[in-house]
Amino acid sequence: MRVFVDEEKCQGHNRCFAIAPELFDVDDYGTAFALNDGVVPAELEDKARLAAANCPEFAITIED
Amino acid sequence: MTGMYEKVLDWVNDFDHADPEYNERAHEIWEEFQGSECPVAHSGRYDGLWAPFTYEMVHEIAYDTEHFTSQGVVVNTGRPLIEAPVGPAPPITSDPPFHNIARRLLLPPFAPKVIAEWEPEVRRLCNDLLDRMGDITEGESIVDGAVQYAQSIPVNVIARMLGFPPEDEALFRDFVHNVLERINEPAEDREAFMQPLADYLDAQIEDHRANPRDDLTNYLLNVEIAGNKLSDEHVRGSILLLLVAGIDTTWSAIGSSLWHLGTHPDDLQRLVDEPDVMMFALEEFLRAYAPVTMARLVKDDYDFHGCPMKANDWVLLPFPAANRDPKQFEHATQFVIDRQENRHGAFGLGIHRCLGSNLARLELKVAVEEFVRRFPSFTVDGDTRWSVGQIRGPRELPLRVLKTS
Repeated sequence: MRVFVDEEKCQGHNRCFAIAPELFDVDDYGTAFALNDGVVPAELEDKARLAAANCPEFAITIED
Repeated sequence: MTGMYEKVLDWVNDFDHADPEYNERAHEIWEEFQGSECPVAHSGRYDGLWAPFTYEMVHEIAYDTEHFTSQGVVVNTGRPLIEAPVGPAPPITSDPPFHNIARRLLLPPFAPKVIAEWEPEVRRLCNDLLDRMGDITEGESIVDGAVQYAQSIPVNVIARMLGFPPEDEALFRDFVHNVLERINEPAEDREAFMQPLADYLDAQIEDHRANPRDDLTNYLLNVEIAGNKLSDEHVRGSILLLLVAGIDTTWSAIGSSLWHLGTHPDDLQRLVDEPDVMMFALEEFLRAYAPVTMARLVKDDYDFHGCPMKANDWVLLPFPAANRDPKQFEHATQFVIDRQENRHGAFGLGIHRCLGSNLARLELKVAVEEFVRRFPSFTVDGDTRWSVGQIRGPRELPLRVLKTS
């Protein structure tokens, strides 16, 4: 599984970083980006789905 | 009612959110609009006001900077004097492309990791307020969750961030009340009673120029855009924004969350038994009881889904109603403490996402955690008084303490 953050859509709500700091980080302006090229370890797949399902701007997509 | 307008009898055609009944009955009123064929209210008050209540419409306007301007974000009897794209309180009152320039100046001091460092201070502040409630007798003592607790938390934090004297907190609350609640008084009166706020900000800015220190006020005085310092108007406007937006919004969120727990003992018990559920409960408090409705002004005459909006009409952006739209959220009108999917728009949607959202979340989370830790059982006992206008939350909240820790 891989996660992608669309930086154009991200408005810095910080939901993904709060839910899954193992998978996402934020820059000095609060814009999110995926860690480790977005590669999701098997044990974090549920967290990745949760993060995507809570983004108010629909900025996170998942590739299985 | 005080102010220029009569009590509302027709919420569809003579809408007025400054009628105290609106915030008292908000959830019912939104449900009625969302279930009707026309989910948009209109009013001739305030020289023209519209209010759409569906998620879809609120979302559409929040993203539409072509037809709507942010120059004015608090509906009132007048119109803002400082023009777009800067507006009177940048960046919340700014439009693209200037908006992004003004916003980027203020994003770093409110970024998640910077705000996280405030957690011990917020926890200490909450415990101080709880200590000051004095001796509590289980089953007998009544504390005011709004007056003795919620209202003092955000005001103290933002005063410290701006480098303003925290002992002026009552004055700040008075300023905010004037800006956000006395919206239906004649425009000339508003100008007069807003003057002390402008004078206070000027005096603070002067003092910070003379005695520079490490706070947000001096940050704004020093920061540059393309090699130029900000104009005095910009500095004062941004400080106004931070002071006004950072006070009764979070106070309202904390108060509404305590109101919910004081009327839903099962949810309170769940938080006590499983503190980790807070991660989801926090977002559900924000969804179900979002305090902030924003506003826009219509740029030019515009037909919005059949609504003939006129240039300079106000349009409310009721994110709190959008958050309870059954077309967007499952069990929208229920509070689901561990709701898994929760894309709420409590902090707005699009380019104006609340700059202080990380601070607001921290304050709300810590305030509820510390209150529940101290008082693991309490119940609303007496009349709750709700605010008036675009920010919805309890201003008086009598809570009977049933158990202390």
